[in-house]
Amino acid sequence: MTTHKGKVVELESAVIRFAGDSGDGMQLTGNLFSDSTAFAGNDFATFPDYPAEIRAPQGTVSGVSGFQIRFGANDIHTSGDRADVLVAMNPASLKANLKWVQSNGIIIVDTDAFTEKNLAKAGYETNPLEDGSLNGYLVVQAPISTLTKEAVKEMALDNKSAMKSKNMFTLGMVFYMFNRDYKKTFSFFEQKFKKNPVIVEANKKVLEAGYHFADTLEVFANTFKIEPAPLNKGRYRNITGNLATSWGILAASERSGRNVFLGSYPITPATEILQEIAKHKQFQAISMQMEDEIGGVVSSIGASFAGALAVTSTSGPGLSLKSEAIGLAVMTELPLVVINVQRGGPSTGLPTKSEQSDLMQALYGRNGEAPVVVMAAKSSADCFYGAFEAAKVAMEHMVPVILLTDGSIANGSEVFKIPRVADLPEIHPPIVKANDPNYAPYKRDAEKLSREWALPGTPGLRHRLGGLEKEDITGNVSHDPLNHQKMSYLREEKVERVANYIPDLEVEGDEEGDILVVSWGGTYGVMLTAVEELRAEGKKVSLAHFRYIKPMPKNTAEVLSKFKKIIVCEINLGQFVNVLRMTFPQFSYRQYNKIQGLPFMVNELKDQFNALLNE
Amino acid sequence: MESKIQTQPVKLSKEDFESDQMVKWCPGCGDHAILRSVEAVFPVVGEKLNLNKEDFVVVSGIGCSSRFPYYMNTYGIHGIHGRAAALATGIKVANPKLNVWMISGDGDSMAIGGNHFIHVARRNVDITYLMFNNRIYGLTKGQYSPTTFKGQKTKTSPQGVFEQPFNPGELVIGSRGKFFARVVDTNPKLMQKVFVEAAMYRGASIVEILANCVIFNNKIHGDITGRDTKADNQLILEAGKPMIFGKENNKGIVLDGTRLKVVTIGEDGVTEDDILVHDPTTEDAGIHMMLASMMTPEFPVALGVIRATPFQTLNDAVWESVEHEKEVSPYKNVDDLLNSGNTWEID
Repeated sequence: MTTHKGKVVELESAVIRFAGDSGDGMQLTGNLFSDSTAFAGNDFATFPDYPAEIRAPQGTVSGVSGFQIRFGANDIHTSGDRADVLVAMNPASLKANLKWVQSNGIIIVDTDAFTEKNLAKAGYETNPLEDGSLNGYLVVQAPISTLTKEAVKEMALDNKSAMKSKNMFTLGMVFYMFNRDYKKTFSFFEQKFKKNPVIVEANKKVLEAGYHFADTLEVFANTFKIEPAPLNKGRYRNITGNLATSWGILAASERSGRNVFLGSYPITPATEILQEIAKHKQFQAISMQMEDEIGGVVSSIGASFAGALAVTSTSGPGLSLKSEAIGLAVMTELPLVVINVQRGGPSTGLPTKSEQSDLMQALYGRNGEAPVVVMAAKSSADCFYGAFEAAKVAMEHMVPVILLTDGSIANGSEVFKIPRVADLPEIHPPIVKANDPNYAPYKRDAEKLSREWALPGTPGLRHRLGGLEKEDITGNVSHDPLNHQKMSYLREEKVERVANYIPDLEVEGDEEGDILVVSWGGTYGVMLTAVEELRAEGKKVSLAHFRYIKPMPKNTAEVLSKFKKIIVCEINLGQFVNVLRMTFPQFSYRQYNKIQGLPFMVNELKDQFNALLNE
Repeated sequence: MESKIQTQPVKLSKEDFESDQMVKWCPGCGDHAILRSVEAVFPVVGEKLNLNKEDFVVVSGIGCSSRFPYYMNTYGIHGIHGRAAALATGIKVANPKLNVWMISGDGDSMAIGGNHFIHVARRNVDITYLMFNNRIYGLTKGQYSPTTFKGQKTKTSPQGVFEQPFNPGELVIGSRGKFFARVVDTNPKLMQKVFVEAAMYRGASIVEILANCVIFNNKIHGDITGRDTKADNQLILEAGKPMIFGKENNKGIVLDGTRLKVVTIGEDGVTEDDILVHDPTTEDAGIHMMLASMMTPEFPVALGVIRATPFQTLNDAVWESVEHEKEVSPYKNVDDLLNSGNTWEID
């Protein structure tokens, strides 16, 4: 490794944001930096921020793609509020991202891209590199395009191919800043471009050139180092929420002995789940890309009837389309996992932005009294356990389960401690044995109220299911008024009794105090960070984060009763807070809501809580 | 075809499939005859494919016809409107050993379920799909369907239907479907023969049944099924046989340029050798499409198996891929997968 001329400054944590045109390869750059961060032993969390268009008009603000990573020597729960380092590949990405940079942050720009034309496209009237608007920041001006071309000039590469590797030049520069071993990334190039050795060489050369170029810069008076985080013993990997969700389903399949059947339809930001399951037929996991969202869920219900671990994956608009079919799963009392990766709505809304606005839809968005279990994963890595538990509950309780994740945790990634499948809870679906003389289609387990799963093909258990109301025990079609009332209560009670099988609501911090902060789903990391920071200042603030929403943990009322004030924070207009108001009207609730397609920031949350403390 | 050798196959009977539920179709409804034919056919199919009675699954959507699963003693599921093809796809792909029958109507299949209909045909999922076509919405009491004729007055078309109807056979073939047959509810012998052929065909075998709704669309197929007119208005196709029909058994179908034409044997020098011979197995759907399109009064309506072309089923393709992936995948279990790619150890 090159010897650094400056001194090495040690940091607790840092935030880097890579930004460029959507074709500039910023997501790849970010992911490679994440891998390197993992090797360095830091804890981290990432957040990709990309446009809905595949290639929006080049050089425009709407086409800017970003990737943020926060990494540190301690537990990291969020991808960070503001960036310490911004890499801006063109004027548009500077314009779109400057507001996310710390006031004294470092900005690395490709000066070659700051042409009059590009400045105009980005809507700059004057060049921000010259007009003083970046005073206060440490701006690193580097002719990245020229230097990239220079690095590969002796290779037989056309201009376009050469330019494609300029993201690696910036990665090299950032590696230098954080004292990373850039050679560890070479094996990635060898894998990714193994059919094209010239491209492998070019990327290596450009990465190396970026690293050494940074070494020559006077502006880098020092470089940074972040000590490894004190993670528990074990094997770790980086994982995105969608990957974790897919693997959680596969693990549940192995643990239950039921083949996965995923009936789905491509929709942002849930598509990766369908793509991932499609890769794993070796586990007898079947994915069907159906003709529409309805075909997706309905084929899964058919597969569930046939005995599969039935799953459908979607995002908000798709969940709307699946509503009627989820009602069929409620009526037929078949296990079904519905994964809803929430995005901004209504209608097409903000496909690539995150929101928590499908909670009411998940709870109530069906005709009739149609209760289902609703739960929400709290982080990218927790998607693994969320999906596993959803599958376990669905099969053991013979009930549809809606698992809510969201665009932020689905596309974001974090460090994941790899479990052993054998250490995960067992799953025992209530499958009926052949010729069971006591079998009746709607006979129920005394504790769970679940009916049994009699698989077609099994001798002695022929029966009919369907969407018409069922007679208690026999499952025959029934229009009897009292039977309908009884069955409506039974379906509701069956879902409520899931509460006997889920963990209690945990409180992060003291179990009583001035403020209880309440949250659910993918906001956990930022909520926890804000609460921990206030607690470190001696404030009596605690966090109760919900993973199960229907049913809620049995100790919910007890937890809520121990605090002077309760504030419920959500990325919507206040859906869960209203569920709480309805369920536990004895408490009074404040709410903090944000609906900008953006995650909460630690500082805005702390401001809210401090204001509430001072009231 | 996979072998299903069983040492002592259980002999099945019609009674094995009869349900104890009260059949609630209107007296005189064509669906009764279809139900009896299906009950009669299951033991035959069971014997041919060595199936147990528990291997049959009957799936349906919504509508009069879709009450069918309740009237059969099999595994069954009565789904939601239009979506039975997706249910059937899930069942068959999840467990290809099951013999899946799907029951639907013209509203269920051609309107709300049109999308699933064309895709189940295209995918060639190995199911037997019986579509009862009475050209009306019966269960909602008499609104026009996508197969109601243009101009017909119904409760929702008091001035007459403005739209042209679908011809289900054209839709199957246009969706690159490989099997299409048509029968009438008044001919149980033909129904049973065609149902068995449909069940034996490996793929999406779609059978249109011209069914009579005695209450809301009585005798809509009257010219095809009427005692006096049926001989001249039905062409019952058989593989390898010339397309001859008529009271006198002297009318036939010939290819005249690029279209079909009805001729009379013995007139204008036409002999039996000039008559087209039916081949349901050709991949080229040209003649099949023209046969499916034939309508009275210019033509007889084609009945029997119009198209049955061999093609890989979706369920076979999926499960062959599963077997292949088991051999080539580096992941033998989920632990392998979780530990794949970039990982690191903390001691």
